[in-house]
Amino acid sequence: MSAVIDVVGLSKSYRVHRRAPGVWAALGSVFHRRYETQNAVCELSFHIEAGERVGFLGPNGAGKTTTLKMLAGLLHPSAGTVRVASHTPQERNPAFLKAITLVMGQKQQLLWDLPPSETYAMNRAIYDLPRAEGEATQKELVELLEVGDLIHKPTRQLSLGERMKCELVAALLHRPRVLFLDEPTIGLDVSMQEKMRTFIRAYNQRWGATVLLTSHYMDDVTALCPRIIVIDRGKLVYDGDLKALIRQMRPERRLTVRLASVVAPERLTRLGATVVAHGDSQVVFGVKPERLNETVREVLASLPVADLSIEDPPLEEIMRELFQRDTATRDDSEAARVAEAARAAAGGERS
Amino acid sequence: MRALRQALRAYPTLLRVGFAEVVAYRAEFVVWILTTNMPFVMLAIWHAVAADGAVGRFDQSRFVAYYLGAWVVRLVTSTWVVWEMSMDIRNGSLAPRLLRPLHVLLSYSAEHLAAVPMRFLVVSPVVVLLLVSARQHLTLGEPGFLLVFLLSLVGAWMLIFFSMVLMGALAFYLESSLGLFELWLGLHAILSGYLVPLERLPGWVAHLAAYLPFRSMLAFPVETLVGLETLPRAVHDLGIQWLWVVGTALVALTVWNRGVRRFVAFGG
Repeated sequence: MSAVIDVVGLSKSYRVHRRAPGVWAALGSVFHRRYETQNAVCELSFHIEAGERVGFLGPNGAGKTTTLKMLAGLLHPSAGTVRVASHTPQERNPAFLKAITLVMGQKQQLLWDLPPSETYAMNRAIYDLPRAEGEATQKELVELLEVGDLIHKPTRQLSLGERMKCELVAALLHRPRVLFLDEPTIGLDVSMQEKMRTFIRAYNQRWGATVLLTSHYMDDVTALCPRIIVIDRGKLVYDGDLKALIRQMRPERRLTVRLASVVAPERLTRLGATVVAHGDSQVVFGVKPERLNETVREVLASLPVADLSIEDPPLEEIMRELFQRDTATRDDSEAARVAEAARAAAGGERS
Repeated sequence: MRALRQALRAYPTLLRVGFAEVVAYRAEFVVWILTTNMPFVMLAIWHAVAADGAVGRFDQSRFVAYYLGAWVVRLVTSTWVVWEMSMDIRNGSLAPRLLRPLHVLLSYSAEHLAAVPMRFLVVSPVVVLLLVSARQHLTLGEPGFLLVFLLSLVGAWMLIFFSMVLMGALAFYLESSLGLFELWLGLHAILSGYLVPLERLPGWVAHLAAYLPFRSMLAFPVETLVGLETLPRAVHDLGIQWLWVVGTALVALTVWNRGVRRFVAFGG
């Protein structure tokens, strides 16, 4: 397979006007403006093969959206090179624009006062789709996303979830090979999020499309992306297998036990596993994989168990640790351990 | 070239969708037309002034022809794409437009051209009034004048459109380009003949107007329509108008192309 997305040493900096609050500062800024250079993305490098589904993660302000916008050709990089689908994005060659799509959960292309069907007609014309092909793709997408009864209502009368589904139809009408999805499930309810994930996976499998997804919902990432790229303050923190990262950062599995009756805390500590959380009706243990069978046996023998499940630690926890922003207050050895764990997981995955 | 052919194929659909949008905003559209009433105010004033006798080449009926013509030309040729562009650039809504394989200015032009048929519909009663009340001044019966007038309408629309694009594209460089647009509106009102026929302005102002593009935006088509121009003079002025169109278009496209590189796509 060849790299569909090839990013080498990518950087983007902005010149930002800084001004203190107040009237005097406002007056002062009329005569003298203070600008600062803000580095949104710093020497980022990664490659994504055709057909991959990759989660692109980072805290707010990490540079995810800026990177996506550079990959989509909306922003010109300050340094470095980007190739997407064999094109240089910022040239915005029509062939490139026909090969990609960028779905932004907070920006829409649907015409607000007209039904989505009008946006679809416009996009079919703009993308120069043969009539039969365009209509067939639209029909298929409309059926997959179950929006047949919505596309003739004015967009402004649709709910957020309905709009997002209709937005996806508009974004995929030209059957792009590369999908940049920026928070595609933002604001959607749980069932709608699940439908969107199912659809994105189906589209990826059906057309072999490459997907690069940002989301603050870790469920989106765990459900869709075998690989993740994590950035913080514009720099690469981790690039590799999602499960490998979890195992490296949190080697213990999570043993969740629903209790039939209340259990005293001292009975739990005797079991030799770490108690992560304890309530009247539930207790969560952190258990090393090699001790899992033994611990389960002990739990079943010594506690009033109503139900029991074993899972990986939640991705949110891992991300929280990776995203620790306040490095000044963080213990150096802890920072080194986090970085080392991420490096080890990434290295293990690549080797 | 291939991109241009593709754009031309897409254009009728863009116009159709643009027209559907205009119809969706019909109430707002009619209100906007009602706010364009300054020519009627000026007509009332000059009509009273000319009651005691002609003012230069203007008697009462020519003032009627001039201001009704100015109203029609203004409504048919005006476009306010600067508002949309400035907003799109500042809040990042330009991003979805930039992602389409069609030049953004072509899509703006289609949206704004699509409003022209609706405007024709709205101005048609005033056109009838113009034909009835000031027929003797109108030159449309002569094919030469008719051709120059129609081409001057196209030229005026394009000149205004590219002027708006130029000011809108300045939003890539300035925090807001709308202040500049307000200044432009003031200059346009005086130097385009919208408020007062240019030949009724003080000599030095009329002289200044001859060297600026505003006359080509309004006064020239109106003067051609109401018989204030000879045919050779009108053809000459048509050439000047189209030079302004080409010049403004080149500058606007240059500013746009450079500005897009600075686009920061905020808000999303």
